[in-house]
Amino acid sequence: MKDIRQINNPYNDDKVIDACSIFGMMDTTGGRFSGEAIIRAIANMHVRGNGLGGGFAIYGLYPEYADLYALHIMYLSRQGQQETEAFLRDRFYLVLDEEVPTRPTPAIVNPPLVWRYFVRVDQHKPANQSEDDYVVNRVMEINTRLSDSFVFSSGKDMGVFKGVGYPEEIAEYFGLEEYEGYLWTAHGRFPTNTPGWWGGAHPFSILDWTVVHNGEISSYGINRRYLEQFGYQCTMQTDTEVIAYAVDLLIRKHNLSIEIAANILAPPFWAEIERRPPEEQKLLRTLRQTYGSLLLNGPFTIIIAHRGEMIGLTDRIRLRPLTVGVKGDMLYLSSEESAIRLVCPELDRAWSPMGGEPIVGILGQPFEPRRTIREMIVDAN
Amino acid sequence: MKTYIPNKFIVERDPERCIRCQVCVNQCSFDSHYYDAEDDEVRSREENCVGCHRCVLFCPTGALTIRRSPLDYRENYNWSSEVIEDIIKQAETGGMLLTGMGNDKSQRIYWDHLLLNASQVTNPSIDPLREPMELITYLGRKPDCVEVDLRCVLGTELAPQVKLDVPVMFAAMSYGAVSLNVQESLARAATEIGTLWNTGEGGLHPSLYKYGNNTIVQVASGRFGVDAEYMDAGRVVEIKIGQGAKPGIGGHLPGEKVSADVSRTRMIPQGTDALSPAPQHDIYSIEDLSQLIYALKEATNYTKPISVKIAAVHNAAAIGSGMVRAGADIIVLDGLRGATGAAPKIIRDNVGIPIEMALASLDTRLRQEGIRNLASIVVSGGIRNSGDVAKAIALGADAVYIGTAALIALGCTVCQQCHTGKCAWGICTTDLALTKRVNPDIGARRLANLLRGWSLELKDILGGMGINALESLRGNRLHLRGVGLTDTELGILGVRMVGD
Repeated sequence: MKDIRQINNPYNDDKVIDACSIFGMMDTTGGRFSGEAIIRAIANMHVRGNGLGGGFAIYGLYPEYADLYALHIMYLSRQGQQETEAFLRDRFYLVLDEEVPTRPTPAIVNPPLVWRYFVRVDQHKPANQSEDDYVVNRVMEINTRLSDSFVFSSGKDMGVFKGVGYPEEIAEYFGLEEYEGYLWTAHGRFPTNTPGWWGGAHPFSILDWTVVHNGEISSYGINRRYLEQFGYQCTMQTDTEVIAYAVDLLIRKHNLSIEIAANILAPPFWAEIERRPPEEQKLLRTLRQTYGSLLLNGPFTIIIAHRGEMIGLTDRIRLRPLTVGVKGDMLYLSSEESAIRLVCPELDRAWSPMGGEPIVGILGQPFEPRRTIREMIVDAN
Repeated sequence: MKTYIPNKFIVERDPERCIRCQVCVNQCSFDSHYYDAEDDEVRSREENCVGCHRCVLFCPTGALTIRRSPLDYRENYNWSSEVIEDIIKQAETGGMLLTGMGNDKSQRIYWDHLLLNASQVTNPSIDPLREPMELITYLGRKPDCVEVDLRCVLGTELAPQVKLDVPVMFAAMSYGAVSLNVQESLARAATEIGTLWNTGEGGLHPSLYKYGNNTIVQVASGRFGVDAEYMDAGRVVEIKIGQGAKPGIGGHLPGEKVSADVSRTRMIPQGTDALSPAPQHDIYSIEDLSQLIYALKEATNYTKPISVKIAAVHNAAAIGSGMVRAGADIIVLDGLRGATGAAPKIIRDNVGIPIEMALASLDTRLRQEGIRNLASIVVSGGIRNSGDVAKAIALGADAVYIGTAALIALGCTVCQQCHTGKCAWGICTTDLALTKRVNPDIGARRLANLLRGWSLELKDILGGMGINALESLRGNRLHLRGVGLTDTELGILGVRMVGD
């Protein structure tokens, strides 16, 4: 019998449901900073979690290996590790492998082995496939076919650290105050239907995309079926995974901008669309007609990050909280304003964005409100 | 020959209440009531009564009661009274048994074995009285992706889309099968509510062209009433291959129903039988269907979605997939319980499969093949209420057609006498004395009310699930659970057992 501490969704519910605290901070000039502040901030929202999951994503983490895919893999057995390492040697050029350093933390019990590998794809991929697609397929293969192994981070110059525990305990276990990056996101989890599995903690990640998420996607069933048509296998049965794949499909595969993607995931109401000027109306209508199955319905706040970008978004009627804080070149996103004020008391500005309005921090650009689709259409003419 | 068929109903007339006004005599189109002038008394011919309740509703003093005749045969599971009497009828007539409406047998109604979900604690339900709740649906082919450049300029032009404010349309019922007043009621209600009605294969009467924007014009095997003007008038063109009540069977409108007006609309001589062949004689294979689809697209200049309607038969999923590949923008599946103005009873009750199963397997098949977005799915055949609609949408339908439910809104009591042409409610007849019983002003109001009621209920269902747009329920089978079904049935429906 499988150990239920070691799999996600042991009861085979429709999906894993959880609520949480989320936090993100970014230095838009690219200055790297330690995890000290974000650990304090997420710990300040301790009661929004229940100790069954915490995690962090860090960008600008491995500048010395910036061109290599950094795979973070957790193992439940040595045998799983041997099997997976043989697979990696066969499918990639392995530049470096090491165990991720940890330190004994009383609250962290029965942790899996966590290793990281810096790899190149080189000639291993077929000529007609991109390196990214190749990596995605191999990650799916390890996670679905190989036993006792789970890849939870697979991007370049970034990494995810997560596990079962409060986020501050996970940070202590991995010694995250020692790491530096220009963009950090964090998550404290309150799952309602799973005893907590290390792989089930947030952030969720594919390539250098990560998602931390507070909410429940009531449209999960159809979002998942839609994504399956494009070859995504939702092995984790969580709505967060669906968000990660939806963003990957829209932005990476369909080449759509974040504004457009936000209008697909949290679109305006039809009545609102019909009040817009004709050209904008047509654009929004076409998007909703085509991508209606990707509308994320139900309460959510997400912080999506990838190389050089951090995006905050709520559902279109804002059923979960999001506060934005700006101080100089620093951009903060948080479930609660108090957590931002704790680490940065004197903010230039703090506000709650409208439902469905994306907040986007971009490397190299001081934060400013994004131009709306309407303004861009006017400019294009 | 003396008939061995016993009376089906008992007509009870309370002599204390009866005022001999003869309303019942005038209302009954089956001659069940007559006035005996000699005795100054109204009497009954109970053998004629079909149980339609027209007289009961119109008797000004409430003097009438219609009850089932208690004459029972000896109990026998195999030889039920219906089986016995069907044999008697055929022994007396030597013909095929005809009937109207849909299959009334006890095959499993899967809607009643499916239960809907609602939000509790972990996500909030949404109150449709206070928050927007969206039912808008667009039918038509959708691309795999949309191109938008960085300046937000749209690079993708969609194939023609048709907007429905409510995902419920009125099913094909031809002029000739139903009366013009019924069609006018349907057309006006569809226009008012923002949905579509369907001409059936009887053409479009000139007085209804003004509702063209809410009209689906049908092209069926008889090609009755089809010309360029007709196709231009409609919002959608529907190729009818088959219907749930009589898969594989053609149609026959008897000459006596082909009045001057019907003759003009169908474009056939007055008084001639209108025979719809069983197949379309230019479609003997899937590539022939593709040719007709593209011929119609050419003829309408690619401005209208082309729909193809088939009866839900054993291989509906595979056939549906072929139809999508052949270029259909909308696939209509009409299930085992789909109704008709007239069909051989043996076909109606024994051919086809339940719509729930056909829908689930078609939606699954199209998704497995990655072509679900290329066509909308519309289902029909026995949809009774908004709960059925919600379940159909959760199984994967884009919209549904209702036929019988719409006729019930107009007065139909499902007495199954459509094929006689004597409908006492004036619905399924061309007898001018009867058709005037449906007043289009009132008919349109009753139909619009029905759809308004269903929309309110659909919004409540959605809100309870914590979702505020219909597209988040569409194909979302996690919002369904099955009760009292086998593993195989659950597997085909793609639905889990209650409690699981």
